[in-house]
Amino acid sequence: MPHKIVSKRQLSEDVFTAEIEAPLVAQARKPGQFVIISINNEYSERIPLTIANADPKRGTICLIWQRAGKTTTELADMQQGDEIANVTGPLGMPTHIDNFGTVVCVGGGIGNAPLLPIAKALKKAGNKIISILGAKSKELLILEDDFSQISDELIITTDDGSYGRKALVTEPLKEVCLRSEKPDQIFVIGPAIMMKFCCEVTKQFSIPTQVSLNTIMVDGTGMCGGCRVEFDGRAKFVCVDGPEFDGHKVDFDLMMKRLNAYKEQEQQAREQYKKHRCKIGRDK
Amino acid sequence: MTDKDRQELLKQILKKQETEKLKPTERYEIPSQDMPEQDPVKRRDNVNEVAVGYTETHARLEAMRCLQCKKAPCIKGCPVKIRIGDFVSAISDGDFKKALAVIKENSLLPAVCGRICPQEVQCQQTCTVGLKFKDPTKAVSIGRLERFVADLDKNNESVPAVAVETGMKVAVIGSGPGGIVAAADTRRAGHDVTIYEAFHKTGGVLVYGIPEFRLPKAIVQEEVDTLTKMGVKIVCNFVVGRTRTIEQLMKEDGFDAVYIGVGAGLPRFMGIEGESLVGVYSANEYLTRANLMRAYDFGSGADTPIARSKKVAVIGGGNVAMDSARTAVRLGAEKVYLVYRRTEKEMPARIEEVHHAKQEGIEFHILQSPKRIICDENSYVTAIECLKYRLGEPDESGRRRPIPIEGSEFQIEVDTVIIAIGNTANPLIRQTTPGLEFNKWGNIVVDENCKTSLEGVYAGGDIVSGAATVILAMGQGRIAAAAINDYLAKKKMS
Repeated sequence: MPHKIVSKRQLSEDVFTAEIEAPLVAQARKPGQFVIISINNEYSERIPLTIANADPKRGTICLIWQRAGKTTTELADMQQGDEIANVTGPLGMPTHIDNFGTVVCVGGGIGNAPLLPIAKALKKAGNKIISILGAKSKELLILEDDFSQISDELIITTDDGSYGRKALVTEPLKEVCLRSEKPDQIFVIGPAIMMKFCCEVTKQFSIPTQVSLNTIMVDGTGMCGGCRVEFDGRAKFVCVDGPEFDGHKVDFDLMMKRLNAYKEQEQQAREQYKKHRCKIGRDK
Repeated sequence: MTDKDRQELLKQILKKQETEKLKPTERYEIPSQDMPEQDPVKRRDNVNEVAVGYTETHARLEAMRCLQCKKAPCIKGCPVKIRIGDFVSAISDGDFKKALAVIKENSLLPAVCGRICPQEVQCQQTCTVGLKFKDPTKAVSIGRLERFVADLDKNNESVPAVAVETGMKVAVIGSGPGGIVAAADTRRAGHDVTIYEAFHKTGGVLVYGIPEFRLPKAIVQEEVDTLTKMGVKIVCNFVVGRTRTIEQLMKEDGFDAVYIGVGAGLPRFMGIEGESLVGVYSANEYLTRANLMRAYDFGSGADTPIARSKKVAVIGGGNVAMDSARTAVRLGAEKVYLVYRRTEKEMPARIEEVHHAKQEGIEFHILQSPKRIICDENSYVTAIECLKYRLGEPDESGRRRPIPIEGSEFQIEVDTVIIAIGNTANPLIRQTTPGLEFNKWGNIVVDENCKTSLEGVYAGGDIVSGAATVILAMGQGRIAAAAINDYLAKKKMS
């Protein structure tokens, strides 16, 4: 059964969001879970995307993605009313939501999207929420309003200083950790390198830190093992053991290498797609 | 033997048979018919089926080799008890329709089983003809004959009859071989059957695991089409345990019975250093990328990439290891090594697969096993460090135990490592189905009727027995379906 794109919006230069029909996923999904999509049934690759939001009544889920590889570029070219062949999910273990006390939610770039439902659920569970959102520049910052609604304190950083503080997220994170009222729990979702450095900061203060990983997957149900990461010296599968892990035990360096395993092929696929798109003039 | 010789021989025998029956000695004299195959050099560059299939002449000659033994030891070796003598005899008479009808009484997927059943350890192992020659490869080629008649029925015209609708609903989880059989058999009894498949395509291991060159996808699709023609509903992209739980299916969605046939699940790794480096694959991942996702067409249609390997080491000695090695060859690897810690004799792979792998240039490294995987500064695999092994006393599996030889370390230069040492049970159903009983390995506990600890829930295939074969999964699918049909008949009465 194909999944219709109910609406689609561009959030920043390379970031898009769409509301997609997927009634069963919308009903079952919990914060922290993801779906695997493929655009057509025969030749498309399967890619994991985190569920940013869901509306069980309308039977839709909200996805946010960054235009990077071939599939995300093709997805960005699709319009309202177009159909995605396959949406599978919800997959992965839901986030463990509890009343921890004070929770710091650190989001980087596109990571704000999967972080939002978690932050919302944490707020609902009675936590004090300090959100730190980082982006390269003002234009690339997403979901600021949504976070400001649920945060007791919101800190924005940009790499170029075009908005908020000119800093990396690790700077305010460290300051918050140094406060007399030390945070009880930290959630970090963003690029692998950012999660790595955030974990290095929080480790110094021994504050439990959950990260959400987005590795390369095929089936998403534990069958292929392609998504595995080294966790505390052992292989763990992001799709069934995660996607969330104790960030202090993840080997981020190796994970980043694995994320780049198909760099060459990905570039080739993207270029081929762009050429093809120009030829058929796929601009609706 | 040339085609002409073959035709001539058949003509002679048929003429002779007009006046008298063939004596056993005359049957022994008919040469066993080899399977026509694609040339080993040519096939390294394509994914087309290796075994091309018997012609009518091949098939009738091979069938005439059967002695029609009264004791029929072959049937005892068949997990689904096909009346082998009867279908083989129909082939020798040239009545191929009848032959297929006989097979279909017991097996729904003859085109699949004829190709991938390990006949040499089942029906053909005990064949009197093979025993007479003291050579199992000289047994009557029952599997090839099964495939021959199945392939003649190209459009799958023989759709099984469906009984009057009972109004009872059956959910089948997984569209692999066990699920296909369970769905067909419960549908035949008139139940309203829905198959739930986690992938975007049906067929389970038959499409993601077994390569095109051994089992063309079109054949699996035909079998699935037969189910649709019978009125079985198929829902893809549905992960039971995540999208809906078994409890929801039964309590909220109105299913009266469930068959769990989700397969084995998680790939096993060795627990050695370097297993998460770039270029290390589980066989499941490698084969899924290549088969289901068609990575062999990357750049000319398919979007799923796979490593552009030059030198590949496949670890393991089973059919999956052979499939992985032979796939790597077809994807352009210059050197493919198969590394196995025992000897060829202990390999669980079929003799035919080992033979095909060797023909295609795969180098066997026996009595060796990796100790660690070595990489460059970018974490790309550059070599495996292996230990040499010797064989000791037999272990609980009856095979001689491999013992590492201390200090025998050496390296093999490779850029890709594929680990094909089996699977462990997928925990998804276990985590999400309270009350369902599992054993310590995570496999579902069932009785002789494939009934689980939960009422109305049945299970079969690898999730019950660990790693087994397609035909065993099909056998259990059939047993479970019979039990489900019984259970639902009683339920309707009460």
